[in-house]
Amino acid sequence: MDLKLLRRRNEFEWEISPHGKMRVPAVIYASEDLIRAMDEKVYEQICNVATLPGVVKEVYAMPDAHWGYGFPIGGVAAFDPDEGGVVSAGGVGFDISCGVRLLRTGLRASELHKVREDLAEALFRNIPAGVGSKSHIRLSGEELDNVLLGGARWAVSRGYGFPEDLNFIEENGQVKGARPEEVSPRAKERQRPEMGTLGSGNHYLEVQDVAELFDEEAARTLGLKKNEVVISIHCGSRGLGHQIGTDFLKEMALAASRAGLELPDKELACAPINSPVGQSYLGAMRAAINCALANRQMITHFTRQVFKEFFPGTKLELVYDVSHNTCKEEWHNVEGRRRKLFVHRKGATRAFGPGHCELPYELQKIGQPVFIGGSMGTGSYVLVGMKTSEERSFNSACHGAGRAMSRTQAIRKFQGNKIVHDLKARGILIRSPSFRGVAEEAPDAYKNVDTVVDSAERAGLAKKVAKLTPLICIKG
Amino acid sequence: MTSADRQKRWEHFSHDADIGVRGIGPTMKDAFEMAATALTAVITNPQSVRPQTAISIACSAPDRDFLLYEWLNHIIYELDTRRMLFSKFEIESISETTLQATIYGETVDLSHHKPAVDVKGATMTELKVSEENGHWLAQCVVDV
Repeated sequence: MDLKLLRRRNEFEWEISPHGKMRVPAVIYASEDLIRAMDEKVYEQICNVATLPGVVKEVYAMPDAHWGYGFPIGGVAAFDPDEGGVVSAGGVGFDISCGVRLLRTGLRASELHKVREDLAEALFRNIPAGVGSKSHIRLSGEELDNVLLGGARWAVSRGYGFPEDLNFIEENGQVKGARPEEVSPRAKERQRPEMGTLGSGNHYLEVQDVAELFDEEAARTLGLKKNEVVISIHCGSRGLGHQIGTDFLKEMALAASRAGLELPDKELACAPINSPVGQSYLGAMRAAINCALANRQMITHFTRQVFKEFFPGTKLELVYDVSHNTCKEEWHNVEGRRRKLFVHRKGATRAFGPGHCELPYELQKIGQPVFIGGSMGTGSYVLVGMKTSEERSFNSACHGAGRAMSRTQAIRKFQGNKIVHDLKARGILIRSPSFRGVAEEAPDAYKNVDTVVDSAERAGLAKKVAKLTPLICIKG
Repeated sequence: MTSADRQKRWEHFSHDADIGVRGIGPTMKDAFEMAATALTAVITNPQSVRPQTAISIACSAPDRDFLLYEWLNHIIYELDTRRMLFSKFEIESISETTLQATIYGETVDLSHHKPAVDVKGATMTELKVSEENGHWLAQCVVDV
């Protein structure tokens, strides 16, 4: 991106002043190097978001921002329903409530060494991953509606995990206001064979080593110890969320056109929050959030079963579960006034600071955990929300490393089997149904996650707690 | 191969996080069929998919851009719910707003097809159906 387009507020904060139809300024949080490498489309898209009705204060792009659909991936914007604010299907994305959860095992990395090949195989066999993979579970129509209402709470009630898990999931594992009746029969049909599956693309289950600690106190609170093993699970609402995205993108685009709402990009299709289409989407989207929470809870259960075979007596405890494609109703202070807003986070993680009323008691002192997935070869990070994130970004932080290269470029440049071989030589085991899929997710196809996370911290969004490096990656 | 067949082709184009599918041909029908082949090629080599089972598809939309969006999303729905891949697309009738087709394919065989990625949905990003000098183009970015 051309730096001349931006006004530098400080080292990690860049402003785009309102111009054209923009109602509010846009702000990008990133280092100068990341800004220079950032796609011009991020500029265009974040400016487009700032034109939407009812947008509040400023719109934001996170340090990992890249070209998305309507919204940039790594885009954050809040809307006030009382000022004509909108909800946008493109602002949430197709993989509704895609997110990451982290489990701690209490095992030393050295304890894993002897069994790691067998463990990788067992995880690959028991966690359905990739295209066409089938779940062992088939839900009736009524039971699927229970999933959409109950989320992770439904999963726990059916024996997938423990009640104490719910304490460490956003909204305690169940988003209120879900309306399964607003979810199309096609969306439900797509989900039927997919409950408890990881999916494909950038989704994964990774066994990781806590390689480095940056904040001892926060790490202690989260039960993270150096050289111990943790597990990251990255997936979302599967076919149900994808179909809800497809259905409402079209419905909102047509409704906007009927209402004479001029959109700078079809993909920014949206509807007033206080309108039948807006309410219908919110009901369906919340159902998809619950679906994703139940899905990650079920995969957690399968993972625990596998670990029990190898390490009897080991308890895999949930550190936390975050979603990074959502629109959530939240209270925020804006210019001294407490306002109920609908915060869109497209490829961005909620990052409540210490003391936030929605955090469980155990996390009050440190803030909300934020999990940043890097690429297969590099590593991931655990951060916690900072007090300043309220003022800076409606309590939001980045979600990943962000792609540096498109899939088409990655396939041309990398060979999946070579990547698997090279990573094995570095002690990282990859299991995937597709070498091409591995090539598309090649470590070098992503930005440097260290730089992204440093920018998030120095911009006052979230603070580094630990770096995790991969040992085993089950790639969907 | 007729000269019309030679003018038909598909290709992928780059998008930061995802991938674009594009069909090109002498008619709108050809461009739509080729765009569907490009969609399969996101997942696997279309030549590896045997056209064994036929599925009927009918869709309608307010204009031809939305019609392409609907066409590709209908195929994605069939891919997902039937666990199938498709390699032959025969559009029997097409207008600016409606389409009737039969698509042919087979159940996914993981070891044979080695599917790389699920397609979540066709998007409205770079969505375009256009005609210039007798060449039709149908394209959009698909979310994977």
